[in-house]
Order: sequence, then structure tokens, then C-alpha cells
Amino acid sequence: METLLSSIAILSQWQVLVALLLGSIGGVIIGALPGVGAAVAIAILLPATFAFEPIVGLTLMLGVYGSSMYGGAIPAILINTPGTAVNALTTYDGYPMTKRGEGHRALSLAYSASFFGGIFSVVCLILLSPLLAMIAPHFGSREIFLAALLGIILVVLAHRGQVFAAGMLASFGIFLSTIGLEPVKYTKRFTFDMTWLTSGINLIVVVLGLFAISQALLLLVDKDHKPGEARVEGNLFSGLSELFRFKRVASVSSSLGVLMGMIPGVGEFTAQFLSYTYAQKTSKTPDEFGNGAPEGLIASEAANNAVPGAAMIPLLALGIPGEALTAMMLSVFYVHNVIPGPQLFQGQLDFVIAIYIALILLNVIVLAFLLSSTNLLLKIIQIPTRFLGVMILTLSFVGVYSLRNSITDCAIASAFGVFGLILKRLNLPIVPIILGMVLGGIMEVKLRSAMARVKSPLDFVDRPIAAVLFVMILLILILHVRTVIREHKSKRLQETSSNSDTSTQQG
Amino acid sequence: MAHIKTLQELFRRHRRPGDIVFAILFLAISVFLLTQIYGETSWVKRTKWFAQPRFWPAASLIAMTLFAIFHFVGSLCSPRILGRWFEVVFWLRSLEFVLYFLLYVAVVPLLGYLPTTVLFTCLLTVRVGLATPRFIGFAALFAVCVAVIFRSILQVKIPAGQIYEAFPEPLRAFALTYL
Repeated sequence: METLLSSIAILSQWQVLVALLLGSIGGVIIGALPGVGAAVAIAILLPATFAFEPIVGLTLMLGVYGSSMYGGAIPAILINTPGTAVNALTTYDGYPMTKRGEGHRALSLAYSASFFGGIFSVVCLILLSPLLAMIAPHFGSREIFLAALLGIILVVLAHRGQVFAAGMLASFGIFLSTIGLEPVKYTKRFTFDMTWLTSGINLIVVVLGLFAISQALLLLVDKDHKPGEARVEGNLFSGLSELFRFKRVASVSSSLGVLMGMIPGVGEFTAQFLSYTYAQKTSKTPDEFGNGAPEGLIASEAANNAVPGAAMIPLLALGIPGEALTAMMLSVFYVHNVIPGPQLFQGQLDFVIAIYIALILLNVIVLAFLLSSTNLLLKIIQIPTRFLGVMILTLSFVGVYSLRNSITDCAIASAFGVFGLILKRLNLPIVPIILGMVLGGIMEVKLRSAMARVKSPLDFVDRPIAAVLFVMILLILILHVRTVIREHKSKRLQETSSNSDTSTQQG
Repeated sequence: MAHIKTLQELFRRHRRPGDIVFAILFLAISVFLLTQIYGETSWVKRTKWFAQPRFWPAASLIAMTLFAIFHFVGSLCSPRILGRWFEVVFWLRSLEFVLYFLLYVAVVPLLGYLPTTVLFTCLLTVRVGLATPRFIGFAALFAVCVAVIFRSILQVKIPAGQIYEAFPEPLRAFALTYL
């Protein structure tokens, strides 16, 4: 009770409340703008938040992170353009509903499902906390090293069809984290005798380049595009009651969102894919999926909104980010000397609970805002994409330059901006670079301290959690190889049968 | 022959125009960095392998090179979509905006954050083909809002413009602190 009161006291500071309000509403607007997205916004805001208290900075970022997907559903449903990448699946059923005159119903269901998913994940986070507080102290150096390694492997394997690209980019991220002066022996690594490389490559500079500047460049160089006009009329509250008719789909999708959010490197896309498939397979009307099925819409929105809350679990409990946005949040912790991990649950439980309450509040604020301001948002998103590019590039300057007032940082960020643009154009993943940088640093430090007490290789996995993590790594690798072989065999079979069909016809 | 075909099928993936150019460049950079490992990192005596400064750069560069080789082979095995050089030109066109951005960065300490940002947004708006009074007005308003929010209110660390020193006294102090 005392901890709860202390958490409420932390949250009731006016700065925190303002950050929560601005983050939530700003996040919805950013999410609704096609071509921006939470990653760009968080990257830009990141250096500005260093001046704030950690809870203020984190609340602002959590607000943007948790609410952007709500906003992204609006253009996805009304104009068939997803606001953020994770709303792409929402267009499948949302837009057909709009076409048959049920736009307000689709939006209402999307908001309700998102709210359900968001709250569900926070409830899971709260329920899991005692367990986390119990398990987290058993994570020593070797367990954290193995968990980070597992994160790297998962982020590579999660990019199906792009595993080699994800692997080379994750390795590139690890390499970037090694540049500069080595912290223990003070020897130079890949500095090429240039002083500006001695202090290494800053994570925030890379993040800003890869996410914000690259997006600005992409919008500036590409053809101008203005989202179509739309207006929604009707009762947006109806979805709240209608959601109860689909409570099974909403619950399962949110659970999948939580599960996938907790696993590093997996995230929204897998959660959505699994929940959409589940909803379709268990539906009485599976043929309606893709043509305006409310269940499809609910599956997609509930799953993606359950992820942000769950993604906080590995970050808070182990200090291991599961994806790019939580990696950015990790830097806020580091700047303020708040080290997420086991000790956070023991020493600063009120801080952790304050984050949970902030997550609940942001969902309430966003729902209230959306139910009253959807038409206003539809006007805001009419900004031409090239003008958006101008805005993002201008804001990127604040992000990079305010770090150290360094022109070199700006030049490095620009180089990563061009690199990010190339990756985006080639549809290659950016996230493995960021996770490689963050997890690579963690792995280097933890391996060094873990190996000091290890005499034989088996000693490394002689503790229960380390052993479980090691077995998980092995299983994941074996399962991946098995899946590749199976896919290859089934592709062969298909080709053989199609060839035999052709020959029969010819004959 | 059958083995080669199987390998080709295993490596085949969806490939966009320009993919092979990127694959070759990335592989070349990986190989170059790997060849520099002895000169750019050191091996410290009486230190175990896991604590060697060379260990992580070497591990990451070996992995990077191996994956880059596989990515390149995948690109070779996958069906090509035409438009490679058109795509490369698209990448290069972004350099024009990088140049504007770096000019903006260089001018801020001279002219000050607010005036440079207004100039930058307005000129860039004109450059991208939105040269209407409405958009230029929006650009100027946006620039003022950004400067006020970040420098005046949030006091983000951006140096004051040298030009402010020439302002008369009450305005000079205000400009140095808030603009």
C-alpha cells in the first residue's frame, strides 16, 4: 500500500501529467500521419527528454509508443493507408467495412479492441510483477548474456525471408558498438586514428539517422502524396458494447500480443499474424476475412496494442530491450543512472508501479481523445508527405545537435540517414542494427564478468535459468532449421505437382 | 547439379531493384573492415580471449562477412526486377537534402536557431515544390513553434547565434537566452 501511494505521488507531479497528456495525444496524431510513426517521434524526442526526470521522459515516450497504433488505425480504416506499419493488417477488414458504409463501426471497434489490448497487457504486466521480482534477482551475468544472445538470435530469425540480411545488419550493429576506446584495456578499436571516432558511435545518433533522417529523406525525394479526404459520422461508442460479442477473439489476440511482446525480437507483426489466423480459423464466417470481418479487425488491433505493455517486461526486469523503441527507452534509463533490471524491482518498485499506472492512464486518455476528435485528426493528416519530410528533417536537427552540439554527430546521423533510406527502399530491416548495438554492448560486458567465474564450458550453464536459456537457444535454432527444410520440401512438392499437372494437360 | 539447384532454391528470396548493388557494397565494406582487424584492434598479453579488445570486433565482423556473402548469393539466385540504376539514382538524390541539412547545421551557430530554422523550413518547402504562400506560411509558423518549444521552453542545448551579439542590449540578452 505504501508503495502504491508512493507511485501515485510520483505520477501526480504536474510534469508527469503534462508528459502523459502530450505523449498520448501527440502519439495518436503521429500514428495517424502516414509516414511518421512512433519510432521517428521517439528518436527525435529522445535527447530532449534527457533534461527531464526519468519518469517524465519515460512517460512521454510511453505515451507516444502506446498511443501511436491507436492513431494508425484511422487512415488504415478510412482511406486504406496504414498510419504505422503495424496497422497494415487493419486495412484488410477495416477499409472494406468503410466501403460498405460502416466506417464509424469499424473505427469504434478498432478503438475498443485497441483499448482492450492495451489494458489487458498492463494487467498482465501487473500480475507478472511478483513473479518477475522473484525471478529477476536470479539473473546474473551469464543469464543476462544468454538472454541478450537469445534476443539477437530471435531478432534475426524473426525476419522470415530476410534472415541473412537481418544477420548481417545485427552483426553490423554489434560491430558499431565496439568502435572507439575499449573501456577496460583502453586500446583503440577501428578508430582509423581519427579523434572523432575515439569516443565511439553514439546510439542516439544512429537511431536518429536510421529512423528520423532516413524517413525525412525518403519523403523528400519520393513523389508527393496527400492522403485522401474522409469524414466519419455516427456513434463511435457503439464498438465498446459490440466488442463483448467478440470477447473470445479479443482475449486470445491480446494474450498473443502479450506473449509475442515479451519475447525479444518478435513483436507486433507476429502477434497480429497469429491472432488473425486464429480468428479466421475459429470464425463461423472465415470467408468474410479480408472483406470486412469485424473479428479480423479486432484480432489485428487488440494484438498490436497489447505489445507495448508486454515489451516493457524484458526491459524493466532484465534491462534487455526486445525491439527498437524499448532500446531507445533504455538510453533514457542509462542517462539518468537508473539501471533497469533485477535491482529495479527490489529498490524502486514504486517507480515500476508508476510506469504501470501511466500505461493504464494513457489508454484511457487516448480512448477519450479519439472518441471525441476523430474528425479533427482526419483534417490534420491531410499534410502532403513532402511537407512532412521538411518537418521531420527540421526536428531531427534538434535531436542530433542538442546531444553534444557536434557537427560531426550531424554528419554521422546524415550518413546513417542515407543508409536507412537504402534499407527502407530495399525493404531490409533496420531494427537488427539498433538491437545489435544495444545487445552487443550488453553481451561484451556480461561475457567478461561471467567468464571470470567459469572454469569449464559446462560451468556456464550449470545454473537453472542459464540452462533453460541455453536449451531455448538450441531449440530455436533446431526448430528454425527444421522449418526451413520443411518449407523447402513442401515447395518442391508443389512444384512437382504443378509440373505433373502441366504435363497431363499437355498430354 | 541437383545440389546446386537445391542451394539456389534455399537462397532464393524476394529482391527489389538495386538489391545486388547494396549486397556487393555491403560485402566489400565487410571484407575491408575484416582485413583491417590486426591494425585497428590490439591483442593484449596475459588476457584471456573473452576479455581481449579484439574479440568482439572480430566476432561481429566475421559474422557480418559471412551473412553478407549469403545475402549476396541470395541476391544472385533471386529473380531480378528491372530498375537497378534508377534506384541507385534515387539513393543519390537524397544527398542533395543531406547537403541542405548540413548547411543548416553549420549556419545555426552563426545566425541563431530561430532565424536559421525559419529560413531552412521556408527554403526547403519551396525546393520540394510547395511554393504557395499557404505552405510557406505554415513552414514559418512550424519553425517558430519548434524554436520556441525546444529552445525557449525546454531549454534544449543549442548555442546562441553569433549575430545576436550585435543586437541592442535588452534584445541581445533575450535573444541569447531564448532564440
